[in-house]
Formats: sequence, C-alpha cells, structure tokens
Amino acid sequence: MKPPASHLIRRLLTISLFLSGLLALSLLAGLLWGSAQAGLRHCLLALAGLSPPEDILPTILWQIRFPRVLLAALVGGALSLGGLVFQALLHNPLAEPYILGISGGAAVGAIIGILLSLSPFPGVAALAFLGSMGTMVVVIILTPRETGGGKDALLLSGVMVNALCTAVILFFVTVTQDTRLHNILYWLMGDLSVALPRQIFVLALLLLPCFVVIFMLARPLNLLYLGEEQASYLGLPVETVTYILLGVTSLMLSAAVCQSGLVGFVGLVVPHLLRLWLGPEHRVLVPACILGGGTYLVWCDLLARVLPSQGELPVGVITALIGAPLFIFLLQRSRT
Amino acid sequence: MTAAVRLAGVWVSYGEYPILQDLSLEVSAGSFFIVIGPNSAGKTTLAKTMVGVVPPQRGLVEILGRPLSTYSRKALARQVAVVPQFSPVEVPFTVREVVLMGRSPHLSLAGLERRRDLEIAAEAMAVTQVAHLANRRLDQLSGGERQRVIIARAICQQPQILILDEPTASLDLAHQIHIMDLLERLKEERGFTIIMISHDLNLAAIYGDQLLLLHQGRVASQGTPAEVLTYEILERAYGCVLLVGHNPLLQRPQVTLVPGRFLVHLHKEDKKA
Repeated sequence: MKPPASHLIRRLLTISLFLSGLLALSLLAGLLWGSAQAGLRHCLLALAGLSPPEDILPTILWQIRFPRVLLAALVGGALSLGGLVFQALLHNPLAEPYILGISGGAAVGAIIGILLSLSPFPGVAALAFLGSMGTMVVVIILTPRETGGGKDALLLSGVMVNALCTAVILFFVTVTQDTRLHNILYWLMGDLSVALPRQIFVLALLLLPCFVVIFMLARPLNLLYLGEEQASYLGLPVETVTYILLGVTSLMLSAAVCQSGLVGFVGLVVPHLLRLWLGPEHRVLVPACILGGGTYLVWCDLLARVLPSQGELPVGVITALIGAPLFIFLLQRSRT
Repeated sequence: MTAAVRLAGVWVSYGEYPILQDLSLEVSAGSFFIVIGPNSAGKTTLAKTMVGVVPPQRGLVEILGRPLSTYSRKALARQVAVVPQFSPVEVPFTVREVVLMGRSPHLSLAGLERRRDLEIAAEAMAVTQVAHLANRRLDQLSGGERQRVIIARAICQQPQILILDEPTASLDLAHQIHIMDLLERLKEERGFTIIMISHDLNLAAIYGDQLLLLHQGRVASQGTPAEVLTYEILERAYGCVLLVGHNPLLQRPQVTLVPGRFLVHLHKEDKKA
C-alpha cells in the first residue's frame, strides 16, 4: 500500500496545478476579452511590450485591466476560502461570509473609517476588521451550540445582521456628500473596477499569510468538520484553533471587502462545487478554493463587463444571479 | 496498581441543575467497567467529565494516576479514546479517512500521515471488520457499520482507555453481540480499559467486570454484576419492579422486566390471601 502522505501530496499537486493553469488562462481571458476591439494579435503584442510606443493599449491592459483581474482573483480566493472555513466551523453547508452578514459588518467598518478620513491602510482596514469581527461574534452568539437543529436560526440571524448592515451602509452613503464613498452600488453589490495597483499589492500582502495559516490548519478543519466534540476527542485544542481560524478568516474577509464591496455567494458556490468534485479533504479543498474562487470571480467580473451593451454591471449582480438560486436549491435539499 | 480513571468528590451542574453530586469512583486498569442507570442519571455527563469536555465545578479527575488538568488535549487523546453516543451521520469522508483521523493525536498540527499510520489504520479496520468498507463513504453505511468505523478510529488512537457511550443502542442483537465481543477482545488482547455506558442491564451483567449504577448523579451501587444487579438496588434506582434471576450457563445475574398487568394480577392474589 502506498503511504497516504505521498498519495495526498500527489493529489494536492495535481489539482493545484490544474486549477492554477485554469486561473492563469482565466486571468488572460479577463485581460484580453473586450479590450477596445483591438484584435487578439494586437493585444498579445501589447501585453508583451512589443507594440509601438504611441499605442495606448499596453497602458489599458497593464494599468487598468491587469489590476482589475488580479483583484478579482484575490477577492474570489478570499471569499471562497472564507465560505469553506465557516461551513466547517459552523457545521452549516449554507454558511457564507455574505449570507452571515460578516461581509456587511466589514463594509460598515470600512465606510466609517473612510468618513473619519483614516488612511486606507491600516486605518480603514482595521475598522473593517473590527466590523467583521463584531458581526462574527454576534452570529456565533446567536448560533445554537448543538449541531443539527440550529441551521435555520443561524441563517435568519445572518439575514437580519445583513439587513441592518445594508441599512447602515445606505444611510451613510446617502447622507454624506463625501466623494470618497464614490457610489452606493460599489458597497452594496460589489465592484472591482476601481482597482489601484498599490492597494492590490497591500491586499495581496495581507491575504497571502492568511491563506498560508488556513492551509496549515487544513487537517484540523477536517476534524472540526466532524463537530467540535469529536475534534476534541481526537486531541484537537478546539477553542484555540477556532479562535485562530475566526481571527484569520475575519482579517482575510475584511481586507477583501475593503477593496471590492459586498460580493455575495462566492463562498457558497465555489466550495460546494469543489466539495462535490474533490470530496471533503480540506488539505485539498483549501488550495482548490483559493485557486478556484479566483477563477470563478474573474469570470463573473468578465461577464459583468461584457454582458451589458453599454456600461457594466456590478460584479455582485452576477454572483447573486448564480449563487442565490443555488442557495435556495441547497436549502430545499437540506430540509428533505 | 494505579487506577485507569479515578474521580474524587466530583460535582458537575449545568446552571442550577446538579448533574453529578459528590461522585467518587475508581476504574481499575484493564477492566471492563460498565456504567448503568436510569435516564438523566448523569451517565453521559460522567463520560464527558472523564475526558474534560465537561469540567467539574469541584473535585478531582485522574487519568492513569495524573490529574486531568495536567494533560493537553493531544496528550489525553493518546491515552483515552471516546466513541460518542451520536456520531455525525452526514459526513462524506470515506471510512479510511475517518479511521486515519484517529492518528491525529500522534501527528503535529500540519503533519502528514506516514506509512506507519496507514498500517495502524488498516489493522484497526481489520480488527473491527470494516476493511472491506475502506473506500465507502461514512454516510452510506448502516448504523452498525458506522459504529464499528468509529471504534476503529478509537483503536487507531492507540489509547489505554476506551470510553463508549451506548455503543449498542439501536443495533440489532447480532450487531450488539458483535460489538460487545469486540470490546471484550480489545480488553483481553490489548489490555484496554473499557468504560462503557449502557442501558442494557443484561449486556452489563454478561460482559462487565465492574458495574457502576448511577442514580440522580450519585453512585447508587458499585461492584461486580452480582453485587449491583440485585432486585432491591435496581428497584430503588429504576423505580420499577424487576426480576433478577441467575443465568446458569453464564454464571451471571439475569434481569427480566415485569409487565404491569402481571403486577395487577399479583396484587389481586395478595388481597385474596
């Protein structure tokens, strides 16, 4: 018999490699698709820096389009991973950062930070972090301890927290003349179009360590998936691990929400599809969610850009159009 | 010889309700120790207290001669494995994955299972006769199969003490005997200390070396099956009339339920006489 470690590592590498390739292709598609009707050859030349110097296409691609697809990939990875972690910690397949109201809490924090004229980092990010932690504490207090019975209660409290956050966001954005809160849609439906290279760099710096920590805790996530009591019987210091996971996930989500606004259901759709395909082994699922989530949001953003004949949609419209029906389907199935 | 588990003056309450009251007991190493008692006597709480999942308000819990508080979760899981009353059902892990999770207390946080771990898991699955199910998903198994998988996972922890909360509940007779024989073998061949919670007085009579009868959070009786399973003690704890006979083949007590209509009949006979 083969040792399980080498089997697992091979599986992990194969899947990660495949999904990385998929993500790379998606990034390229996101870069090139709908670029000023310039033709593929021209675009590829521009990307490689081989077009004439007076050409503006390289500027469009590298300065505007590239930060945007990169942001979509990072935010998609973070949101998917957030969904995966919550689903394991709360034993609820419908748990997701947006549905639980945790993204909303981060957005409220970020808006308050902006209105207080704090610097984007660390000021606004810190308040977003506090906002997401605050809603997370509320959600966890409202979650019944026993597994099984409390699924609907959790979702209901999430819906209420979300409604409250949305109201607060609408209030702030409407009463201020502050141009820094550019638009309501950005905060309520998500928007990736205002990506600045420097902010994306900071976001990547924040997210990568979070990804690493959660990957290190992937085997404990397997145990937590069985339930807290089982996990502690198997020797896991459940409380410590849970607090670390909640803190890191909260940091990851608030960093993403600061840059993208409220993009919903990504953390529901991606982990579900991947779990169907790959099974529940979190050591495989964690990297798969990061890469697959990135791919998914890059395509959603691409659709948001190219679907309307004029202008573009907030990316949250696309993710909700895909995610909400899936949510209803899963809710229906979990009741039968 | 140090006791496998020792409790001294343990009090546990959930809010206002006292569950365990001044409980003291000793489980000798290598014995088959069965906890019986009516509903809400505190049996499950007792099991959870032994592994620190429910911390006592007062009193001392010792595992293998050391206070429970000196163990880390991981160190404890290397000595004590638990088969809980309710295991998650809707878990799409395969049997092999679940059994391998029993190696967790022997792995570092981000550590990978090695060849040795797989051998231990394979052996545990062979002992519990679930090897042929290795690639099946846990949520596709029957109750009896699932219970054996969880026991295999516990064996995989290579503990000294195995605690089981009603492992035979909702199993048919063949599966009950199968599980009980397995536990007895683990005791005989590997020197496990088995602590089991059961509602079935006859299983307790047949397999137990030591019984503990728990009633309203206190020890109602403790000793060998013959000492504990007497009709006076049982009637006081369970609040119903039971016949306690002797099974000559097994040389153990045998408990029989007495239906209400029979009692009415007896009552009438009494009045006539």
